[in-house]
Amino acid sequence: MSLKTPLGRVLGLGSAKEGTDHWWGQRVSAIALVLLGSWFVYSLLRLDSLTYLDVIRFIGMPLNAVLLSLLSLTLAYHSYLGVQVVIEDYVHAPGTKVVSLLLSRFAHIFVAIAAVYAILVIGIGS
Amino acid sequence: MAEFRLPPNSRIRKGKHFPAPAGAGAIKRFAVYRYDPDSGQNPRIDTYEVDLDSCGPMVLDALIKIKNEIDPTLTFRRSCREGICGSCAMNIDGGNTLACTRAIDGVKGDVRIYPLPHMPVVKDLVPDLTNFYAQYASIKPWLQTRTPPPPDRERLQSKEDQELINEPAACILCACCSTSCPSYWWNSDRYLGPAALLAAYRWLVDSRDEATGERLDQLEDPFRLYRCHTIMNCTQTCPKELNPAKAIAETKKMLAERRH
Repeated sequence: MSLKTPLGRVLGLGSAKEGTDHWWGQRVSAIALVLLGSWFVYSLLRLDSLTYLDVIRFIGMPLNAVLLSLLSLTLAYHSYLGVQVVIEDYVHAPGTKVVSLLLSRFAHIFVAIAAVYAILVIGIGS
Repeated sequence: MAEFRLPPNSRIRKGKHFPAPAGAGAIKRFAVYRYDPDSGQNPRIDTYEVDLDSCGPMVLDALIKIKNEIDPTLTFRRSCREGICGSCAMNIDGGNTLACTRAIDGVKGDVRIYPLPHMPVVKDLVPDLTNFYAQYASIKPWLQTRTPPPPDRERLQSKEDQELINEPAACILCACCSTSCPSYWWNSDRYLGPAALLAAYRWLVDSRDEATGERLDQLEDPFRLYRCHTIMNCTQTCPKELNPAKAIAETKKMLAERRH
């Protein structure tokens, strides 16, 4: 039991003076994803066929490789911001919360780097 | 983790039934949440049959009739009976509202009445709003200035400036909005909730206030402000038809604006 006053509890550790970057980043990446996502879907529909060779050739073209890399990075960033909110909303045990946030961050960075690496290999290798 | 199921001692059981008196005209059934901490028993739903022919039009009228004529142990807050004090906020027919301004006519079938959701219950329909009031106090809901007031008159405000605070200042702190917000349910220890944020906004846009920057500093926090995910339950449920969701969005815009 604590005899701390209700106001003392609400004031807690004070304001973190951040959150605006997160909020802004989520919106900016959402707008970027609308543009990149539209381009991606449009490009897939315009492909002659979805055979392995055609798709590899599509990914290997310079502009496509750059835009696909951007799409992968933006997607991973946007997803990380979203998952972070979900964890902060629902995971309350301090240890579990920090570990979940770190695991999520590692997983998202891994996926982003792996995707860009794969695109580069196809782009430069082919 | 967030708890998605009530703890065992909070699960609701079937309660007593109070049938209408013989010769009653238009009968309406009221299913009311009952909880008495002294009894050591789980909460229960009691059902009361009320004769609408001898009852006022609002849900609060029915509750008062039940307390006066059927079951004096029923406990609830009420005061002004005209939607200005905010005391009789409760969950009626699945939505948070004021019992005094909610017409019985507007409810189809049984009238289900619960206390405001996800708050500790003191007794029956009376929630413990200590944390809610502390959050309101934490945003310093008073005028803060550095310029001394004019010696001969009050601080002036233009009509346009007054219009900015008209709506947010009409909040009666009934807690309907905050207790309807899922984000507030999961994180009310750190998230201020729509009511406190609407109050904060009321001072942010007050043309006479000179602490806008400090107020924004205090709000800029991943939990205090940014737990709002624009769910908009607050605006939908507000019995005064105010718009806390918009006030929160405007606050976020102000925070973005001052860094670009």
